[in-house]
Amino acid sequence: MDLTEKEVRYVADLAHLKLSDEEVRRFMPQLDSILAYVAKLNELDLEGVEPMAQVLAEGPAGFALRPDASRPMFTPEVALADAPDPGPGLFKVPRVIERD
Amino acid sequence: MDLTALNLAEVRDVVRRKAASAEEVVLAHLERIKREDQNTRAYLTLSPERALEQAARVDRAVARGEPLGPLAGVPVAVKDVILTRGVRTTCASRILEHYIPPYNATAVERLEAAGACILGKTNCDEFAMGSSTENSGFFATRNPHGLDRVPGGSSGGSAAAVAANLATVALGSDTGGSIRQPAALCGVAGLMGTYGRVSRFGLVAFASSLDHIGPFGRSVRDLAAVLQTIAGRDSNDSTSAEVPVPDYESELEGSVKGLRVGVPREYFAGLSAEIGDPIQRGIDLLQSIGCTIVPVTLPHTDYAIATYYIIATAEASSNLARYDGVRYGLRASEYGDLRDMYERTRDAGFGAEVKRRIMLGTYALSSGYYEAYYLKAQRVRSLLTRDFSQAFQSVDVIVTPTSPVPAFKIGERTDDPLQMYLADIYTVTASLSGIPGISVPCGKTGGDATIGLPPLPVGMQLLGRHFDEARLLRAAYAFERAGGFDGG
Repeated sequence: MDLTEKEVRYVADLAHLKLSDEEVRRFMPQLDSILAYVAKLNELDLEGVEPMAQVLAEGPAGFALRPDASRPMFTPEVALADAPDPGPGLFKVPRVIERD
Repeated sequence: MDLTALNLAEVRDVVRRKAASAEEVVLAHLERIKREDQNTRAYLTLSPERALEQAARVDRAVARGEPLGPLAGVPVAVKDVILTRGVRTTCASRILEHYIPPYNATAVERLEAAGACILGKTNCDEFAMGSSTENSGFFATRNPHGLDRVPGGSSGGSAAAVAANLATVALGSDTGGSIRQPAALCGVAGLMGTYGRVSRFGLVAFASSLDHIGPFGRSVRDLAAVLQTIAGRDSNDSTSAEVPVPDYESELEGSVKGLRVGVPREYFAGLSAEIGDPIQRGIDLLQSIGCTIVPVTLPHTDYAIATYYIIATAEASSNLARYDGVRYGLRASEYGDLRDMYERTRDAGFGAEVKRRIMLGTYALSSGYYEAYYLKAQRVRSLLTRDFSQAFQSVDVIVTPTSPVPAFKIGERTDDPLQMYLADIYTVTASLSGIPGISVPCGKTGGDATIGLPPLPVGMQLLGRHFDEARLLRAAYAFERAGGFDGG
């Protein structure tokens, strides 16, 4: 096994996931076996092969751009309707800046 | 007349001729769902008021002799990763358990504008991540052909709903096979169009460069009718293509004589007889109706799963960063500072497979590993796409199995994520290359009446060139008619 517990915890931290010790123990061999499997890409000679990010949408030149103009969207009430902790016209979160 | 057994064209006809009202069609489905869905468990949320209001609108138009939309009165099920304004949309995740979207997906807008009646939202793997619908945060859906079996996934609820006559047609989403594979396992037809053919606006993002919306139906004609309605440019999705939409239904009737059908040898190496035999009979049938069978090669196929699971998880790790307990969805009940709130919310809201994929994708994009994983996978994606363009120089469509196995038992494969991933081998290649694919019923396999084991459906996949859905549908339609395989 190549993947270490430290690496698993480091990646979880990057991903904003709080994993329990049990989850770390369970994921470690699973992620390890998947990584071992995907390493088969190393068999290929990829010299000079362009990376492909996605299939480019087809259409006339510039068709994907719309005018940079404002248009009606949600009212604040609608935008806040699903918020777990809405305030007056805002989303409330724990304090991030401490006062003296 | 059993209104739930009709296909789309029949419903359309019945409503037009006033043999039944749209309300009667919708009510027949709602009653059947009430009776049967406790077995199948295809639906997460029903929307009877919305369906009946729409039916009433259609019936008023019929009474006044007004022109009717092409899907007037047709009951539709919608996978729960596709937004429906005012109707709960969960992505089968606890993190969105109470989420009520403020807008409709474009595909939903277009269906309703055409007169379709949305019955409800169907179960799936959480955020469409899975191949069995067992990763739903709520419950597993069962295969109507054997209730101890999975319906496939991730769009298992939509496939099962159509197979069990709990909807006439359905919308699903396909990122690596999530329409085609459950269609195969449930004995119905399912279509993933070219990337860009159908707007993704309002499809909750899993892997943006791979996600598609597409239809399920009990006949190829039904797929053509739904695709007709949802295809085409949408200014809300910059990746939707500005390519003319042909009349798919009228294109169905064309001849397939001389159509060159490629058989890629890589897709048949090591294939079991339980799938290989029915697919071979399917290929023989295509030949018997005038198609020319041509051996082709797609040499990089063996690298597709590795490529797919790097790219899809990398994109997912980025897309799912938005679930942080701030603007919508779940927020953990107890937390300290902001960072702690994010972490506890995501831990409580995401299931194991979603966490695994976020971890994998974050790893593949992380400093020091980006070139070894993500960039490499993007290069192999070019090679896989090149394989197809070369093959399509000598053939018009390509035929393959959809899934290497028929519907497996619930719980049988949940312990080994990698084994579950490998089952997507025949479907991820088209997703990575952006070409369209369709799965059509191709007979059944196995079964033993003495021990109560039912025969299980097999799906045949047809792949086509970019934006060549019309030819793909025509080949599938001719196959379906020649084989009598429609209707499951």
